[in-house]
Amino acid sequence: HLSRYAKRSTRVGLSVNTVPCTVKPTVTLQIGDAETDSSRPGVYVIDVTLPIGQTVNIQEISFKNYYTAYVSVRLLRRDGEGAAKWTTCLRNHCLMPSPHTEEGSQDYCSVYRQQMLIEPDNVTSVRLILRQPSSAWLNFSVEDIKIHPCLNEDSEWDIPDWLSDLTQVDQLCDLQGLPDPQTVSSSIQQMWALTEVMQTNQTTASIGRFDVDGCYDINLLSFT
Amino acid sequence: MMDEGTELSLTIAQIVQRLKATHLHSQIERQAKECLHRPEIQLESLKEDVRNFLKASGWERKLQNAVYRELHVQPLPSHPAAPPEHAKEPLAYMRKAQVNWEKRILKSLNSMCTELGVPLARKRPAVEQKELTNKWNEMGTDEPDLSRFRPVYAPKDFLEVLISLRNPNHDSSEEASAKSHWGLIQVPLHDRDIPQMREAYSELSLTTGQLGIDDHTHVPPDLFESEHTRIGKKVVNEQDSAAAQQYSRQGCPTGLRADLWALILNSTNEPEDVMHYEQLKAGVIHHDLLVDNLIYKDVKLTASNDDYYFVFEDFLYQVLLCFSRDTAVLEHFSYNSATPPKSYIQGKVGVEEFAVVYPPNGVIPFHGFSMYVAPLCFLYNEPSKLYSVFREMYVRYFFRLHSVSSSTSGIVSLCLQFERLLQTHLPQLFYHLREIGAQPLRIAFKWMVRAFSGYLSTDQLLLLWDRILGYDSLEIVAVLAAAVFAFRAENLMEVTSLTSAEAVLADLSTLKVMPLIQIFLFATVI
Repeated sequence: HLSRYAKRSTRVGLSVNTVPCTVKPTVTLQIGDAETDSSRPGVYVIDVTLPIGQTVNIQEISFKNYYTAYVSVRLLRRDGEGAAKWTTCLRNHCLMPSPHTEEGSQDYCSVYRQQMLIEPDNVTSVRLILRQPSSAWLNFSVEDIKIHPCLNEDSEWDIPDWLSDLTQVDQLCDLQGLPDPQTVSSSIQQMWALTEVMQTNQTTASIGRFDVDGCYDINLLSFT
Repeated sequence: MMDEGTELSLTIAQIVQRLKATHLHSQIERQAKECLHRPEIQLESLKEDVRNFLKASGWERKLQNAVYRELHVQPLPSHPAAPPEHAKEPLAYMRKAQVNWEKRILKSLNSMCTELGVPLARKRPAVEQKELTNKWNEMGTDEPDLSRFRPVYAPKDFLEVLISLRNPNHDSSEEASAKSHWGLIQVPLHDRDIPQMREAYSELSLTTGQLGIDDHTHVPPDLFESEHTRIGKKVVNEQDSAAAQQYSRQGCPTGLRADLWALILNSTNEPEDVMHYEQLKAGVIHHDLLVDNLIYKDVKLTASNDDYYFVFEDFLYQVLLCFSRDTAVLEHFSYNSATPPKSYIQGKVGVEEFAVVYPPNGVIPFHGFSMYVAPLCFLYNEPSKLYSVFREMYVRYFFRLHSVSSSTSGIVSLCLQFERLLQTHLPQLFYHLREIGAQPLRIAFKWMVRAFSGYLSTDQLLLLWDRILGYDSLEIVAVLAAAVFAFRAENLMEVTSLTSAEAVLADLSTLKVMPLIQIFLFATVI
């Protein structure tokens, strides 16, 4: 099935709090012959894959929109026996409330774990299905796709799954009505981040001076 | 798009951080400390008792009003990956258009500077400073030679920029289709139709009382006016910003308007506000700016020639010259698509320690700018109070009328909204005007850029601005523009040229705005 995609990959994303992954070139879904048909496609599919053998527990998928109206997300997850299965985790999520007009067209977006229909764990591949029903736009896409893993695991080194198969995974004990540890830890992360913001930023009161040491002699404005 | 919990936490954190820097914070702290002496404050229930005290003494209300104000001017918490420019304006092609427009303005200002041999800014010699201080209350009597100065731009120049706006990703092939737009604005921004507006502006409906309609001399006051005024007095007594804003949707009684607007804008006249104004005045005395001449010229050309506003000439100088020196205005650039012009002093180009903003408030006035201030002179006669109200109105609303942005209250949206309303509900008129070379926007643009200041009679203008404040949006300006065309449709169908169309719409001073808006929104057959 790999022949459906171009052999060369386009980008590797690597930054703080994201997992390295490969974004495959966009595949068009169209009725009819792609070469002779003059109408523009309304559906694109973008696959994002992790390096072979690695899986991720997804906290967030972030991207920058470019005129996509709706996005659906499917995940390829490895189950207990090692078999891989595609499931839909987000269906027709609206990015542009009015597909013919600009609202939301160039926004930065994120899809969070909490919004997903299934647990995005042990994921090896993410498929974004982009839809733009309006013929008003010449092109549409999403850019800068990044996958953010859950923070409360040791994500310094993603353990290849053949290694984790060797170790016993503890069964999660019955929660007995307590909140899910994942949600609790992620909200604690958020609160911690906020307190950091509050502590490091000084107050923003301006002093009101517009000169530099009493000097405000200006001859020309600069353009850069 | 973040999940709601995080978005709320971030907004709260941002507001708290901003309010910590204000005088209100230190005042409340002091009040809380001092109230500890009071007998009703018990140690066991300290927190509750202090809070109850602050509530009863009105300090909680002041804090509420301050938070409400912050919610008005704060940009929405943005996605962590979004750069600051995205908060100013999310669409890349609009950012680019704004940057190019600003470059043109800067070039124009620079060339005026070099041609006239006048510096953009210089320190005034002591003699001149003394002279200006003495003349402060009568700057209008001065007749400086302003013939060499010309306005940096006029609204019609800006209109050409808006007309040429194009989204490179938009399919604008010439085939006629249901979505053909007959007007001049060719960007696909969202606009609202009349059914949506009927919901949004429900307080303006035919069955709801309005000032501007139901306070007419023929209508008995106890049908609406007396009760409305009674409620208004209550709102002012309660000092509630949010209530005042809601109240203003049905109009403000003349006697209460000044207090109500100040309340909606959370515009105080505390000693620190007066001090701030004096500091700005000192800035005017110490430094002479080229933009001062532009302001003089603008006032002389517009407000001084206006029957209603010429008496306020001196006030206008006192407000606008100080406005140019106010660095607090720079804060609004975080949500304004515009960027303040920059320069370097002492020739140290590129050295950041010598970088300054010009003018200090980052706003270069254009032809007609003084008309944003003029109507306010009818409400406030104390310069620091007038200044405070004007500045808040500028950083909430007026800045959107002269920058390129996709905001729903921005001038681009207003123009598009106007054209769409006209095309949908008066298609014959629009078609006719187009055919004779009189695109409606070319006539209506100048009204909208000034939010109708100088075109309507003052009492009508103030009724319109009541609704701008009440609905926290400039959209009503576009609705009124369409309503004016609807009102004069019969005459306009007879004209055969742009000049005669302009003549039909030249004098709006007899129009009554609220009936026009009400009929257009609620009596149009759809």
